Amino acid sequence: MNDTSPPKRTHYLNAQHTVGSWLFTLDHKRIGLLYLATILLFFLLGGIAAMLFRVELMTPDPTYMESETYNRLFTMHGITMIFFFLIPSIPAVLGNFLLPLMLGTKDLAFPRLNLASWYVFTFGGLLGLGSIIFGGVDTGWTFYTPYSSTYANSNVILAALGIFIAGFGSIMTGINFIVTIHKMRAPGLTWFRLPLFIWAHYATSIIIVLGTPVIAITILLVAIERLFQIGIFDPALGGDPVLFQHLFWFYSHPAVYIMILPGMGVISEIIACFSRKRIFGYKVVALSSLAIAILGFFVWGHHMFVSSQSMYAGMIFSILSFLVAIPSAIKVFNWTATLYGGAIKLDTPMLYALGFIGLFTVGGLTGLFLASMAINVHVHDTYFVVAHFHYVMVGGMVMAFFGGLHFWWPKMTGRHFSELFGRIGAVTIFIGFNLTFFPQFIVGYLGMPRRYHVYPEEFQFLQVMSTGGSAVLALGYLVMAGYLLHSLVLGKKASSNPWRAVGLEWTTPSPPPTENFTTEPYVDYEAYDYTREEVYRDDADEVKGA
Amino acid sequence: MAADQHSPHLAHHFDSMEQQQESSSLGMWLFLAQEVMFFGGLFVAYAVYRFKYPEAFAVASSHLSLGWGAFNTVVLICSSLTMALAVRAGQLGDKRGIIRYLLATIFLASVFLGVKGVEYTEKYNDGLMPGPAFEYTPDFDRYTVPVTAETAPPNFVGNVQLFFSFYFVMTGLHALHMVIGIGLMIWLIVKALRDRFSKEYFTPIEMTGLYWHFVDIVWIFLFPLVYLVWRH
Repeated sequence: MNDTSPPKRTHYLNAQHTVGSWLFTLDHKRIGLLYLATILLFFLLGGIAAMLFRVELMTPDPTYMESETYNRLFTMHGITMIFFFLIPSIPAVLGNFLLPLMLGTKDLAFPRLNLASWYVFTFGGLLGLGSIIFGGVDTGWTFYTPYSSTYANSNVILAALGIFIAGFGSIMTGINFIVTIHKMRAPGLTWFRLPLFIWAHYATSIIIVLGTPVIAITILLVAIERLFQIGIFDPALGGDPVLFQHLFWFYSHPAVYIMILPGMGVISEIIACFSRKRIFGYKVVALSSLAIAILGFFVWGHHMFVSSQSMYAGMIFSILSFLVAIPSAIKVFNWTATLYGGAIKLDTPMLYALGFIGLFTVGGLTGLFLASMAINVHVHDTYFVVAHFHYVMVGGMVMAFFGGLHFWWPKMTGRHFSELFGRIGAVTIFIGFNLTFFPQFIVGYLGMPRRYHVYPEEFQFLQVMSTGGSAVLALGYLVMAGYLLHSLVLGKKASSNPWRAVGLEWTTPSPPPTENFTTEPYVDYEAYDYTREEVYRDDADEVKGA
Repeated sequence: MAADQHSPHLAHHFDSMEQQQESSSLGMWLFLAQEVMFFGGLFVAYAVYRFKYPEAFAVASSHLSLGWGAFNTVVLICSSLTMALAVRAGQLGDKRGIIRYLLATIFLASVFLGVKGVEYTEKYNDGLMPGPAFEYTPDFDRYTVPVTAETAPPNFVGNVQLFFSFYFVMTGLHALHMVIGIGLMIWLIVKALRDRFSKEYFTPIEMTGLYWHFVDIVWIFLFPLVYLVWRH
């Protein structure tokens, strides 16, 4: 396309330049970018921890580190990735940036609360970081009692407080989203005209608001128990460590859906755009998000099949866990049905979306193995579980996060990334990911427990393969970091609607003005209506046409 | 930023005062839902142990001062009344009323916290503070609860300590919420003194009111749960 160098336009990025204008901004778009920078830092830290212990796992015997160090590294990986990267990833970055744009409003309902959420989250993150700097935590991200509350010889209190505080950031974001979706939709934008991204975030916010306080009190109890040496979960006083597990998983299982539903929202947007079709069964896909959110609260016991839970409770939890597969499968089937007969274009975001569908399906189906009580006993706490949740969390949510980041990158930054390197990166990540985690299904099925770095020699081949894969995966992320950073400075200027996508966010210039829209949007059409002429409108055309 | 040509209380991203007011209300109710889950986790944990160790919990509960607990319940209910009157004064645009009733609420809240302090001190002096300093010798002859040295479960003293752990954590978190509430009311008084409220705009008073009633309700559950366990 010709660079016709349009006159300089004021947008949210160049409206003000001072550091203070970023640190005290009330603009949801800038806050989204603050979150982006913060969580990518945690992603890097968590990734480095993973690479370090993957190197150790190349040999069956301890080589570079002792068990102590190994325990601290995998705990650091788990805590940073889950609490400080995955949970805020899509909601706090893309959700923050896009929610008001998709709803056709100027900002979230509570801009100051939004900024406060970033500070609270960052403060919690710093405490978590502090716990690492002062020697780390060795309990695993699950903080199981009584080890964490009584015996662990590490910075449990600091890490627990970090998670406790960061949780409030999540809750603030969740409340903000629900209120904004209820009260601030543009005229004509009815519930069933909302993009599925919004539905997914609505469902996610419900889980955040109802679930996070429970982990907050649980983890606070652990910290109080350690700090004042009182017994809450201490068996010596008749306390029940399994009660901790109930309370912990009451949040942490729904948290899995906090970590996947927003990803599903992103995938719906990308699939529709790159197949040029309305999402098949829009309403059912929308409602399936809510179904996942609700059912997700009643399945926590499947983490505890072997923790002295009664057999009957186990059976109920097993059946309920199977039920979650229904709305999840509805989504996968409807995405594939959308692809069917669509005019498919394999641009970078679409590669991530297709990767998501495949990997999430593997992750979801192996979840059914784990929800069956008998198989669960065999593979409980093995690498099979590790592989399963990485297929959902990394193969699902991380793929969706980067897919979404690429999809809306031109909107957020006003620049295009290199499409060629984008595709190379996406394929490298896909290959690296499978190479890393598929062998772990086998190694786990053969009986290797998670969280050990000393293992029988026959597992070495698969472990080395996994480490090799993680190097490829890391390379893919580095390539991505390279071309995305490059695009910030030298990328081609983006027009308002480079993908020719439907959605209010594409009707405003890239990057959007501080007030989001120059004229107040009015919606009199359904979501993903790719038959509409206006969809294909882009401000680059107008420049050329004029 | 865009200049405000409408009511000075209307934030630029809202279209109308109604929209702004409804958003605040919904946000506050969601926050309270979140609070319910927060205390809910605590109540569930308490209920599990209460069900598991009924005798020890009943005995431990009998060491709490029923008189102070009942007195505090009355104090807190009165503070909810004064809070409701403060909101009413807000609706009427009655600045002096707002300040008067908020001060009354703060006074009642302070009385509550003072009594709580007295109770905590008593427990501390009796060696009932959970942790390494916990000291308790069962005196089975004195109990009104049907439990004897023979029928008592093996870890009776440990279970009693468990009760006091919950007593302090639950009432402590409740007290912390009250302290936050007092802080909010001081902020409201400062705003009222600066004439920030009017008949059209008193949302912060209303929201603080909701919060205060919630804190009150938590106590309404706490009181029977921890004080009345041993009376059937």
